[in-house]
Amino acid sequence: MDRGRVDRYSYRVMRGLTLVSVSLVFVIASMLFLKSLPILRSVFILDLLFDSSWFPLRGEFGFYPFIVGTTVVTVTVMALACPVCVLSAIYLSEYASPRVRGVVKPLIDLLAGIPSVIFGLWGVSYVVPVVRDRVAPWFDASTTGYCVLSAGVVLAIMVFPIIISVSEEVLRAVPFESRESSLVLGATRWETVKHVVMRRASTGILSAVLLGFSRAFGETMAVLMVVGNTAQVPGSLFEAGYTLPSLIANNYGEMMSLPLYDSALMFAALTLMVLVGGFSLLARVTQRRITRWTS
Amino acid sequence: MIDDPAIQVRNLSVHYGKVAALRNVSAVVPRNMITAVIGPSGCGKTTLLKSMNRLLEIYGDVKVTGEVIVDGVNVYGDDVEVTELRRKVGLITQTPNPLPMSIYDNVAYGPKIHGNGGTEKLNQLVEHCLRSAGLWDEVEDRLKEPAANLSIGQQQRLNLARVLSVEPEVLLCDEPTSSLDPVSAGRIEELLRRLSVDYTIIMVTHTLRQARRLSDYAVFMYMGELVEQCYADKFFQEPEDPRTREYIEGIYG
Amino acid sequence: MDKLGWRRMEERVFLALMSGSILVVVGSLLSMFLTVLGKGMGALSLAMVTQPPRGGYYLGKEGGVLNAIVGSLYLATGSTVLSALVSLPIAIYLYEYAGESRRTSYTRRLLDALCGVPSIVYGAFAFTVMIYLRMRASLLWGILTVTLFEFPLMTRGMDEVLRTVPNRLRETAFSLGSTRFEAATRVVLRQAMPGILTTVLVGFGRAIGDAAAVLLTAGYTDNIPSSLMDPVATLPLAVFFQLSTPIPEVQQRAYASGIILLLMVLGLSVFSRWSSKRLMRYVVR
Repeated sequence: MDRGRVDRYSYRVMRGLTLVSVSLVFVIASMLFLKSLPILRSVFILDLLFDSSWFPLRGEFGFYPFIVGTTVVTVTVMALACPVCVLSAIYLSEYASPRVRGVVKPLIDLLAGIPSVIFGLWGVSYVVPVVRDRVAPWFDASTTGYCVLSAGVVLAIMVFPIIISVSEEVLRAVPFESRESSLVLGATRWETVKHVVMRRASTGILSAVLLGFSRAFGETMAVLMVVGNTAQVPGSLFEAGYTLPSLIANNYGEMMSLPLYDSALMFAALTLMVLVGGFSLLARVTQRRITRWTS
Repeated sequence: MIDDPAIQVRNLSVHYGKVAALRNVSAVVPRNMITAVIGPSGCGKTTLLKSMNRLLEIYGDVKVTGEVIVDGVNVYGDDVEVTELRRKVGLITQTPNPLPMSIYDNVAYGPKIHGNGGTEKLNQLVEHCLRSAGLWDEVEDRLKEPAANLSIGQQQRLNLARVLSVEPEVLLCDEPTSSLDPVSAGRIEELLRRLSVDYTIIMVTHTLRQARRLSDYAVFMYMGELVEQCYADKFFQEPEDPRTREYIEGIYG
Repeated sequence: MDKLGWRRMEERVFLALMSGSILVVVGSLLSMFLTVLGKGMGALSLAMVTQPPRGGYYLGKEGGVLNAIVGSLYLATGSTVLSALVSLPIAIYLYEYAGESRRTSYTRRLLDALCGVPSIVYGAFAFTVMIYLRMRASLLWGILTVTLFEFPLMTRGMDEVLRTVPNRLRETAFSLGSTRFEAATRVVLRQAMPGILTTVLVGFGRAIGDAAAVLLTAGYTDNIPSSLMDPVATLPLAVFFQLSTPIPEVQQRAYASGIILLLMVLGLSVFSRWSSKRLMRYVVR
C-alpha cells in the first residue's frame, strides 16, 4: 500500500535524523578532544588545570585563572539569583492576584528573549559604574567596575526568567489538595508553602536552578563585556577575572599565530563542555536522591 | 446457533503488563444486530471491544493471545493490514473526541486518508453521513466552523458520522451515551437502532435498561471472563449462569 | 509575642522579601530598557536603519547598520528554517514512533545534553571544521553554526508541545484507520500547531540575538551579503564592535543599534502571540 510505504519511509528518515543528531554530542566532544591532544601531550594535565600563569607568548598555558573565574562568576550568579527567583516564583504562584500575574509574567517572558549583548550594554553603562562608585566604596574596595561582581549581577538578571518560569510552573503543578490538607489544620499560607508545597516542588525547583546554572556557565557575550578579561585568579569579587567562554571568544582570531594556542583554546572549549555535562549529571543524581528522600 | 457470525473471538487473552484484563474469552457476534456487552466496571468490556479493531496496540506493554476472526480472517495473523481493519471495524468512543478541524473536515478525514478523494464525491459523502447521524439539518450552513464549537450531543453525532464515512461493516460502540444528557442519548439510541439494519453493532453499556431497550444479542462479562452469551430475550428472562442472574437482578454492579 | 504572632510575623517578613524580589526583577528589566533607550535615542535615525556603513563609519562618519540588520535576518531565517526541518521530524519520531523505552529516554537525555552545550562551544567546533575544510567565515557557516545551537532547543520545545496533545486524539485518528504518519501529521500536528509555531519563533529570536556562535564563523563585513559564501554582519556583533571603539559618537550608535535589536525581538514576541492565537481556531480543548 502506498500509505504504508510513506509510513515506513518517513519512519526511517525520522529515525535517521534522530540518531545523527544525538550522536553530535560525541562527535563534538571527540573533535575537541582530538584538537586538544597537542597541548595535552606537551603539558601534564594537572599542571594545565592548576597552573595560574597564562602567557601564550611564552608557551605557558595555565588554565586555573579561567576555571576559577568561571566558577566564581557562576557561583555569584547563583547566590544572587536563587533567592530572588525562588521567592518571586513562590509569590507569583501562591500569593499574586491574577492581575499582578498577568502583568508580571509577560514581562518575565520578555526578559527571556533579550539578547545577551543588550545585557552587556546595560552592564557597561549601568552596572559597572554603580559597582565602581557605590558598591565597592561601601566595602572599602576600589575597582574599575569591570569585575567578577558586575559579571555576576548582569548574568543573574539573564537567568531570572528561566529559573522563575520553570519554578512557577512546578509550584503550580502541586495539586491543590496538598495545600488544602495543611490549611485545614490551621497553618498559615506561608507555613503551607514552607512545609508542603516546597517539599513536593523541590526537585522541580532544583532543575530550574540547574537550567539557570548551565545558561550562566556558558554565557559569553555579556560576561565578556563586563568581567575585565584579565588572566588572573580574582582575589575578591571586585577584582577583574576571565571566564572560559570569554577566553575563547577573545582569542580565537590569534589562535593560529602561536604554537599550541589553538590546541589550548580547544582544550578550554572541551573543559567547558565537560564541566557543564558533569554538572548536569550531578544534578540528575542529586534529584534522584531528593525524590527518594522526600517521598 | 449463529450461522454467518460477523465476528468470532476464540480464546482471547489480553494482559496489560502482568495484569490479565481478559481471560480466555470466546464469543460470537451475529451480523446486522445490536450485541450488548454487559458487566460491572472493570470486567474487561472496553478491552474486548478494542481488541477487535486492534486499537490496544497503540499503548505499550500489551500482550494479546488468541484469535479474533472477522470475515473469516484472524486479524491478529501476519499480513493483516491494520489500517484497513480499522476502517472496516469502526469505533465510537464514549467521549466524542472531535478532531482539531472543521465539522466538514472531521467527517472528510477518514475518506481522505483512505483515498476517496474528489471534492464532489466527498461533499456527497459528508452530507450523506451527517444525515445518517441526524446532524445535517443543524450544521449544513456552518460546515467550516470548528467542530469543537458543537454541543456535546452534537459532537457525539458527529463522531457517528465520522465513523460512517469510512464505510465500515461493524460499529464498535464504547458506552456511546454515558456522557450525554437523556435527550441526546435518546437520539443516539434511535440512530443506532436504525443503523443496525445495515451494520453489525457491538455496544458496551453499563446500564441494564439500555441493554434491554436496544440489544438483540447479549454478552455478559465478569472479571475478565465471558460468563454467558445468547439472544436478548432469553438472556433477560432465563439466564443460565447464576452470576448473570444476580447481575440482572441488581444484586451487584 | 505569642506563637501565633511569631508565625504571622514570619509570613509578613517573607512576603516583604517576595515583593522585593519581584520588584528587583521588574526593576532590572525597566532599568535595562531605560538605560539602553536613554543612551541610544540620540543616535537613532532613519539613516541608521536604511544605510550600510559608509567609509569612516567607525570613526564617526555617516552610514547605518543596514548590513547588520539584513545580515541578521538572513542568518536567522536560514538557521530557523534548517532547525525546524530537523527538529520537527525528530520530535514526531520521539512522540509517535519511538515509544517509551530505555532507549528513548536515553535519546531524550542526549538531546538535553545538546541543549546544555554553550553556544561558544558550538562556535569553536564549527570553526575547527571550517578551518579544516579550508573555508572562510561566511553566511553559510554562520547559518550552520546557529542551526547546531538552535535545533536541540527547538526539538525539546516541540517535544514538550507534542506531549500536551491529549492521547484520545491519537486514538480517534487510529480508530479511523490512519497510519502512524497520518495520525501524527494530520491530527496531532494540527492540534499542536500554535505551540509549535511559538517554539519556532522563539528559536528565531534566539538566532537573531546570538553572538557567541557567529563570532567565530560568520565573519563581519560592511556589506550586505549577496551569496552564501560572503561574510555577513550580525546586529549583536555590530553592537559589540561599535561599543568597542573609543569614539563617543560610535559608542552611542552601539546603543542605538541595541534599540533596533530590542525592537526586532519585541516585534517578534508580539507577532508570535498574535499568530498563535489565530491558529487556536480549530484546537480542541
